[in-house]
Amino acid sequence: MTQPKLTLSGISKSFPGVRALHEVCLELYPGEVTALIGENGAGKSTLVKVLTGIYQPDAGQITLDGKTVTLSSAHRAFELGITAIHQETVLFDDLSVAENIYLGHTPRTRFKTIDWPKMRSDAKVLLKDMGAGHIDAETRLRDLSIANKHLVAVARAMSIDAEVVIMDEPTASLSHKEIEDLFVLVELLKQDGKAVLFISHKFDEIYRIADRFAVFRDGEMVGKGMIKDTSQSEIIKMMVGRSVDHIFPERVKAIGAPVLEVKDLSHPTEFDSVSFTLHAGEILGFYGLVGAGRSEIMQAIFGLTKPSRGTIALDGKMLNSGSPADAIEAGIVYVPEERGKQGVVVDLPIVQNVALPSLKKTSRNGFLKLAEEYALTRQYTGRLDLRAASLSQNAGTLSGGNQQKVVIAKWLATKPRVIILDEPTKGIDIGSKAAVHAFMAELVAEGLAVIMVSSELPEVMGMSDRIIIMRSGRMVEVLDNTHLTADRVVRLAIGATEAAA
Amino acid sequence: MNKLLKARETWLALAIFALLVVITLRAPGFSNPDNLASIFNDTSILMILALGQMVVILTRSIDLSIAANVALSGMVLALINSTWPGVPVPLLIIAAPLLGLAFGAINGFLVWKLDIPSIVVTLGTLTIYRGLTFLIAGGQWVNADEMTPDFIAITRLTLLGLPVLSWAAIVTAIVFFIVMTRTQIGRAIYAIGVNPTASVYAGIDVGRTKFIAFCISGFVAGLCGYLWVSKFVIASSETAIGYELQVIAACVIGGVSIAGGVGTVGSAVLGAIFLGIIGRALPVIDVSPFWQMAISGAAIILAVVLNARGERKKGRIILKQAEGAA
Amino acid sequence: MNDQTPATRNIPDRLDSPLRSAIFSWQALLLVVAIIIFTINSFASPYFLSPWSLSDATFNFTEKAIIALAMALLIIAGEIDLSVAAIIALASTMMGLALQYGADTPVLVVVGIATGLACGAFNGFLVTRLSLPSIVVTIGTMSLFRGVSYIVLGDKAFKGYPASFAFFGQGYVWWVVSFEFVLFLAFAVVYYVLLHRTSFGRRIFVIGNNAVAAQFSGVRVERIKFILFCLTGLMSGIASVLLTSRLGSTRPSIAQGWELEVITMVVLGGVSILGGAGSITGVVIAAFIMGLVTFGMGLLNVPGIVQSIFIGLLLIIVIALPIIVGKLRGVRK
Repeated sequence: MTQPKLTLSGISKSFPGVRALHEVCLELYPGEVTALIGENGAGKSTLVKVLTGIYQPDAGQITLDGKTVTLSSAHRAFELGITAIHQETVLFDDLSVAENIYLGHTPRTRFKTIDWPKMRSDAKVLLKDMGAGHIDAETRLRDLSIANKHLVAVARAMSIDAEVVIMDEPTASLSHKEIEDLFVLVELLKQDGKAVLFISHKFDEIYRIADRFAVFRDGEMVGKGMIKDTSQSEIIKMMVGRSVDHIFPERVKAIGAPVLEVKDLSHPTEFDSVSFTLHAGEILGFYGLVGAGRSEIMQAIFGLTKPSRGTIALDGKMLNSGSPADAIEAGIVYVPEERGKQGVVVDLPIVQNVALPSLKKTSRNGFLKLAEEYALTRQYTGRLDLRAASLSQNAGTLSGGNQQKVVIAKWLATKPRVIILDEPTKGIDIGSKAAVHAFMAELVAEGLAVIMVSSELPEVMGMSDRIIIMRSGRMVEVLDNTHLTADRVVRLAIGATEAAA
Repeated sequence: MNKLLKARETWLALAIFALLVVITLRAPGFSNPDNLASIFNDTSILMILALGQMVVILTRSIDLSIAANVALSGMVLALINSTWPGVPVPLLIIAAPLLGLAFGAINGFLVWKLDIPSIVVTLGTLTIYRGLTFLIAGGQWVNADEMTPDFIAITRLTLLGLPVLSWAAIVTAIVFFIVMTRTQIGRAIYAIGVNPTASVYAGIDVGRTKFIAFCISGFVAGLCGYLWVSKFVIASSETAIGYELQVIAACVIGGVSIAGGVGTVGSAVLGAIFLGIIGRALPVIDVSPFWQMAISGAAIILAVVLNARGERKKGRIILKQAEGAA
Repeated sequence: MNDQTPATRNIPDRLDSPLRSAIFSWQALLLVVAIIIFTINSFASPYFLSPWSLSDATFNFTEKAIIALAMALLIIAGEIDLSVAAIIALASTMMGLALQYGADTPVLVVVGIATGLACGAFNGFLVTRLSLPSIVVTIGTMSLFRGVSYIVLGDKAFKGYPASFAFFGQGYVWWVVSFEFVLFLAFAVVYYVLLHRTSFGRRIFVIGNNAVAAQFSGVRVERIKFILFCLTGLMSGIASVLLTSRLGSTRPSIAQGWELEVITMVVLGGVSILGGAGSITGVVIAAFIMGLVTFGMGLLNVPGIVQSIFIGLLLIIVIALPIIVGKLRGVRK
């Protein structure tokens, strides 16, 4: 039995109102990949920040090679050989590839100045060893594809001789082939004896690459073990804390007249010839891999981006929406994926968030009527069972689930015809998730038309009447959600041929 | 070659060359070496200050107090020189940048430790430094006849055909080039401008790096305090008044991005030279020098528009990726 | 907790009483500062408390304060305009030009205000249509606008404004109450209502807090920012009429450096330079503070440039103090 490289014991971390981590224990072994599994909001990202020295734990101990260490700063973690490969935030777009790899530990000349020739040649060798010789060490990072940026990030981890490598959803927005290439690299890291912490949502990847797993739920570690001894459904059970055949609300299907008709909607770089019809009382699911162009389509319908071609008609009337304001006026609203950035204004009170798109209604000749704003907010947050101390509390102080309720309340108050939900339950706790689902069912029952973009298969299959599968900016298939198998949906989304299955 | 074409500096250098050609057509003597050298000499101070300002702008900050620092440092030196003429001038020249550094460090400290936005801090210190300049001199000017001959002469000494003032700019540019491209701190300054979050992960202390950037800009402001007083042989509370905007203009014209992380020593130098040439060219081609301000304003706007076009972020290209993968 | 009844009906509108939050607000802090300065002044100089002195004191800040009102809105929305003083110069120059063509008072006023509005619209166009950073754009237009004044005037000046034109900057509405002061108070009320009592004002706050979320909520962000640049230009045009009338002449160096004083006023008034927070009340009190300081020190023969040390220190201390207190509190916890 090998000794763990890194051990966390009893790590706790709280933020005002949130218990992010509670007495977490975790071991990472050299030459092994440990998969960190958990729903959004389970505490994974907090753990990464503790490991990289960004957050200091409130309690607990971290030992590296048997010695207790304090990761007092990002710099300290870096010195100890702990490095993280993040989704997007970690690199420097305007600096060269070589510099991205060596920033902070550049080779020096005799005069202690940076030795650029050596840095470039080292980078070249390193990239070549990784099988990434196609990347020019002198190009600006900005000019690389996302996949190649990941390779640079991995190269950086190799260059600092990291002992512990954290990969935080490294495969998000990578193509199938690029993911394969990445896995080769992970194997390389393993052979080098690095301890790898691999964070991913995707079970196929976890089973492919990981040796061990640790499951997080609500900031606690609820299970760990060897991947080869554990079945998927056991892990999923640990993740959600209940059996998988979850409880999507039963609803009577009463599909009404067509409401929204989208024809041949195209964009020069994001999506092409998208056509569909949405009916009253219908939930239309959009499924596909991250980066399949689903959000981009929704943002075009909502007037945030200009399509190059195609028409959008609401109730048979052509919509000429040049801006979200026009779309909202017409009755189309959009619950965005990035809740904290696009959905709520975190530093403003709940009431101002909810009343924002309804200001015309609540004000008289442009003058605010605060009482009406409160009344409106009370009415709609009440329907959604919002939990808050007061309506003038800043939206940012609410939990993710309650923030989402604020966003939905904001839109319901405008009495929309079509509501587009983009990853509506991403990063919110299970209780709120069920509430959002139940509420969606309620909305369509009242005759609203709902579009739901989701990357969570159970959600798409549990909620939708029809499912549109997107791949690389194009519609692949429109499926009636009866007798569908998860297998088929996923295969369509990733583009695996039926024959190969 | 391709890289050279892509670089902003290349285009700016070409624009300056074209400008020289056009001016020379109207005024044949303009491009002779003596005149060019004299333009360079007149632009030296702007160039040095632009380099300091660039370093601050790279870190997503701004130093509005840079010209006030010039005035205050210059006044302190002039007062020492006139009150105690015995103090050797070389000592004063060494003291100048250190004095400026101290004032810059105050800015940097407030930005670093109290997290006050740099524009507010330096707006405040701008008025404070200017006021102090007036106060320590009791509202008086220090004139040429109160300064020692050495104090005035040194910047005018000619070395290898160029005045010391020009050499100061050249040496500063070389030192900046080395610091910004060859040292850890130089690269850290770029890194925190490009991506502060990622810099933290790379082990860079963002606040401390900003502090150092303000120290650097203070350092050159102090140096220029001496150069200015020596060149114009007068120290007053009006010294370099409003000059901070000229300095920022030189950076912007050179292509230094106000959003941080983008800009090179070459760009700041060329931006300053561009402004210098415009200033000298106008009287020569029979345009009233009063046009200068409007022209540099228009140049700033044009530069920003062009830079924004060049830097416009490419979106995620989903469709193209699709074709590649298929 | 077994009380699982929907909490909605129990969510109160507010927790703090309005009175309590008013007492601990920025405005209260400023007001205390203002009163202290007022008291010191009245002890320091026997002339300070005479009505005519106080009236004279207002001329020091009303023109700047009029611009500060609009600038506050612009800064709250997350933008800035450094060209306001240059707009004053250009508007004044245009009035001077109009004068040369024999324009009389009403035309002069219209020319001044229209020039200001046009300059503001030009800034707004560059920032919103071409998506450029406002700080750089307005550094550019600052040189451009004043530069045009220099082209027109060189080292000369326009003089000889008609007698009726003098009213705006020199006239009194009643006893010691000047037209400028009344105009400032009226604008203060208008801007207070606009920022704090209308949906337009609400949207300004939202934009300053999170422009993306604002756009995603249907706020026409670009249009509102454009309007705010126009308003700032307009107010600068009005300030130009007042200042030109008060001085009775136009030089291209008119109002040099005012942009920084206006911004100081706004920031001192508690408007966050990062956008999203601030109040007109605070800006008005800050205007009075700056006016009182300059005037009081002026009575004591302290030169203007030395007074600015005090203003600069005040700016930094007033902003740093809450931060330091917050840090100390954080440590104690």
